[in-house]
Amino acid sequence: MTTMIDLPPGAPVPPGDHAALRVEDLSLSYIVRGIARPVLRGVTFEIKPGESYGLVGESGCGKSTTAYAAVRYLARNARITGGRIFIDGSDMTTMSEDRLREFRMRHASMVYQDPGAALNPTTKVGPQVIEAFAVLGESRPVAEAHALEALERVQIADPRRVMQRYPHQLSGGMQQRIVIAMALASDPKLLVLDEPTTGLDATVEASVLDLVRSLQGETNAAILLIAHNLGVIRSVCDRVGVMYAGKIVEEGDAAAVFDKPQHPYTLALLRSLPRHGIRKSQRALATIPGSLPPVGATLPACVFVDRCPLATEICRTIDPPPVDLGDGRTSKCHHIDRLPELTEAPARAGAEHAEQGGAALELSGLSKTFHQGGHSVPALVGIDLTIHDGETLGLVGESGSGKSTLARTILGIERPDAGGGLELDSHQLAGRSTDRPTEDKRSIQMVFQNPESALNRGWTARRILARSVRKLTGLRGKAIDKRVDELAANLRLSQQHLDLKPRQLSGGLKQRLAIARAFAGDPRIVVADEPTSALDVSVQAAILNVLSDLQVENKTSYLLISHDLGVVRYLADRIAVMYLGRIMEVGDSEVVFRGPNHPYTEALLSAIPKVDGEPGARIRLGGEIPSPANPPSGCVFHTRCHRFMKGICEVTEPPLIEVEPGHQMRCHIPVEELRRLQAEARRSDEVLTTPPEALEAAEATAENDPA
Amino acid sequence: MEPTSILAPGPGGQPAELPAADLSASRAQRSSARRERLTVLVKRPAFLVGAAVMIFWIVCAILGERITPYDPYNGFSLGRQPPSLEHLFGTDRIGRDVLSRVMVGSRDVLIVAPLAALLGVLLGTSLGLVMGFYRGIVDDVLSRIVEAFLALPVILVALLTLVVLGSSSIVVVFVVGILFAPIVARTVRSAVLSERQLDYVEAARLRGESGLYILSREIFPNVLGPTIVELTVRFGYAIFTVATLSFLGVGLQPPSPDWGLSVSQEYTNMISGIWWPTFFPALAIASTVIAINLIADSLQSVLSE
Repeated sequence: MTTMIDLPPGAPVPPGDHAALRVEDLSLSYIVRGIARPVLRGVTFEIKPGESYGLVGESGCGKSTTAYAAVRYLARNARITGGRIFIDGSDMTTMSEDRLREFRMRHASMVYQDPGAALNPTTKVGPQVIEAFAVLGESRPVAEAHALEALERVQIADPRRVMQRYPHQLSGGMQQRIVIAMALASDPKLLVLDEPTTGLDATVEASVLDLVRSLQGETNAAILLIAHNLGVIRSVCDRVGVMYAGKIVEEGDAAAVFDKPQHPYTLALLRSLPRHGIRKSQRALATIPGSLPPVGATLPACVFVDRCPLATEICRTIDPPPVDLGDGRTSKCHHIDRLPELTEAPARAGAEHAEQGGAALELSGLSKTFHQGGHSVPALVGIDLTIHDGETLGLVGESGSGKSTLARTILGIERPDAGGGLELDSHQLAGRSTDRPTEDKRSIQMVFQNPESALNRGWTARRILARSVRKLTGLRGKAIDKRVDELAANLRLSQQHLDLKPRQLSGGLKQRLAIARAFAGDPRIVVADEPTSALDVSVQAAILNVLSDLQVENKTSYLLISHDLGVVRYLADRIAVMYLGRIMEVGDSEVVFRGPNHPYTEALLSAIPKVDGEPGARIRLGGEIPSPANPPSGCVFHTRCHRFMKGICEVTEPPLIEVEPGHQMRCHIPVEELRRLQAEARRSDEVLTTPPEALEAAEATAENDPA
Repeated sequence: MEPTSILAPGPGGQPAELPAADLSASRAQRSSARRERLTVLVKRPAFLVGAAVMIFWIVCAILGERITPYDPYNGFSLGRQPPSLEHLFGTDRIGRDVLSRVMVGSRDVLIVAPLAALLGVLLGTSLGLVMGFYRGIVDDVLSRIVEAFLALPVILVALLTLVVLGSSSIVVVFVVGILFAPIVARTVRSAVLSERQLDYVEAARLRGESGLYILSREIFPNVLGPTIVELTVRFGYAIFTVATLSFLGVGLQPPSPDWGLSVSQEYTNMISGIWWPTFFPALAIASTVIAINLIADSLQSVLSE
């Protein structure tokens, strides 16, 4: 086994090259049925050792292809049609397959989105990590020692015990740490992270990102990070490249690019995000007109020209060269000087449009217990909640907190436990939607997360809408067509769209169709479960605008479930925070974002990586979300709480009480004390974590787990 | 660790306002989508070969005696003549032209086998739809029955039934169809199971659709693809089964020139070197089954694209 990779002949090192990764004018096509479809159109960038570089862009822009191309790990139908890739001076484009494999093993590692798929489910973690070292030629005992060290390095507290576990016995965050540990085994020159935290909860994501940041200081590896979440990129990366249609249109220092974008696309992308705490009542979100060019389209000189408000004739004829803006910033645009012409959307007329009306939906003591194999799993515990007329109630919490169960119970998909109250306009709703009269079905409708799955792919848009109108309104004949046209017009779907099937519509149009369907019977309440998380940022903006307009027109109430606090802040009038099936905090949106908060809310808010780079308290929760089948004693959050008070929190469960007008919380710490503590935390640089005695309490609970 | 998602289309770009140009494009796309599928199918060599073979046998079945060189039933000449220019496939033990008989022999099997396959798929699909959709106790009970059926050797059960009921084409169709139903049911059930996970089923319930409506109008059209593939695959197996039953003497009866029957009547003479009356009908069976499988494979890969 060779120990050093010498350079292949015919691939001279560019003189004075110190880049860990250097991509030069890379072009790549996928061959689909014999036709070459270009995906990358001359991508150029480099990453220095120890530097982290982020690639951002909407789906289909080629960022993942670039990442895979960097290590030449490509689908069989991919062809590099031009350009070169150097890792630490070695030309990847000319390497033979065998050398490539050897080279990747020693010098380049990749971490993918789903850590569960990267680990072998039938083998314990230990042997898998040891194997990562053994393939490098290390003897068994050395590999074992190194494996332990590696797991410690990724901040796994008890590596010996973790090595005895199977992957499925570990949480997603833990799995991703292990995958990262294995990726670092060879001390690679380049570490490619492709959406490493996308499937993880906010608090777990924050700690994995912390880890990536701290590893960056320790190793000399260059990091190439792919993420659709701009906040993730900003919190980790030194430099960033913004991709559009297979080109890097803007590049530079991450903070500088996000704070002062110098390309019309970057600017539009950032403006379409709900940020700086803006709300629906203040301003509509900016949308980018037109749509992303399909993969493999033939494009004019400037790839963004069709959607650019600044475009002139020159943009169609001459490919804009990279303009050097100093400090390593470049932007490929002919009209950088005209960027100030792009003004933000005008403020919305009419102030807060959600003046509080009467109660539309009232939940009192609502519980839902699932029964699984002899165990009862309480998914919702005594939920008291009111949704008022015409307001949006945002529901936040990590996975397993019971958000979706609550939504499904309100919709009548799940039957609540006996005894709880679920009242719509002061009359009790039947537990199951099948038992509810049409009037009640009409009144509560849903917008699903994934329009792909929510729309029958065999039906045309018109049929989908017409059927809902027929079932929910009782209209017949021509009246149905009239209502369908009206709905389509409200959602800006054209007559031609109505004749298409879902797969012929873009993601944004599909979600509009799904929203139109929910509005077919003029509902009182629309439950929206992550309505934009399957969509790209610029599309998300349009959908949020539509939702907000519809609410004003129809006085509909929304129950909005989202993990994206920016979205929640933009759309929600009030926010409820859930943890382990309980409401921990409810209050006006502004109050919840301003604080004082329940410690869980505080941790959640601090965990979100922010595009704006605003400073804030740094709170990293320890432990893992307990199993709902075996909730901790006392306050269910005490096992992870950074403000744990021994002797109180693990003994009695605090009630949900009103701490200030319209703001309820479930915490033993008095609100004034919280206000003081949280102001302090915001000022200090210290990272707050779960105290050890709380984690001990968690261990004790876990051991009593009946499952 | 394969880079699987490289070409997976993401949510894609969405127009905030729809430019008119996009519309005409997507319209054209729609009408061309089906045509494109057909083009892809027709471009597959496997499909072309399969289709050519099937068309040949179907033409033989329809035109029958009108295109055979000799009378397949009563054209007696010298028996047991090896293949020659006069008799390309030779003659059988009582002097009938083997080529003519093989050509006409496609007729019975091409009526009985498709009917049996169709019956099996109809029954199996209904069963599979119900099992997949209702799950719970309905699925449990039906699944156990289906599994019990699957445990029985098809030929043995068919043989016994035909012996008891007497052999006629109609009985063969029913017996084979019913025996195939559980196999089809399992395929359709799994397709329905993955279909009913999708949110559109939930959405239909939320607007108050009945189970029957969801099953027949929403889910069934979406599982039609696998059902059609299943139909072609079953057709292939049905030819085998029908031929086997004829061979065992409980299917079609003499003087039918059915392939399975011909093999059964002639195979004892193989030992004395008279291979042609056995070989050519056997080849015909094989060619048909292979042709159908080629078609089924092509359909499957085109439909699942």
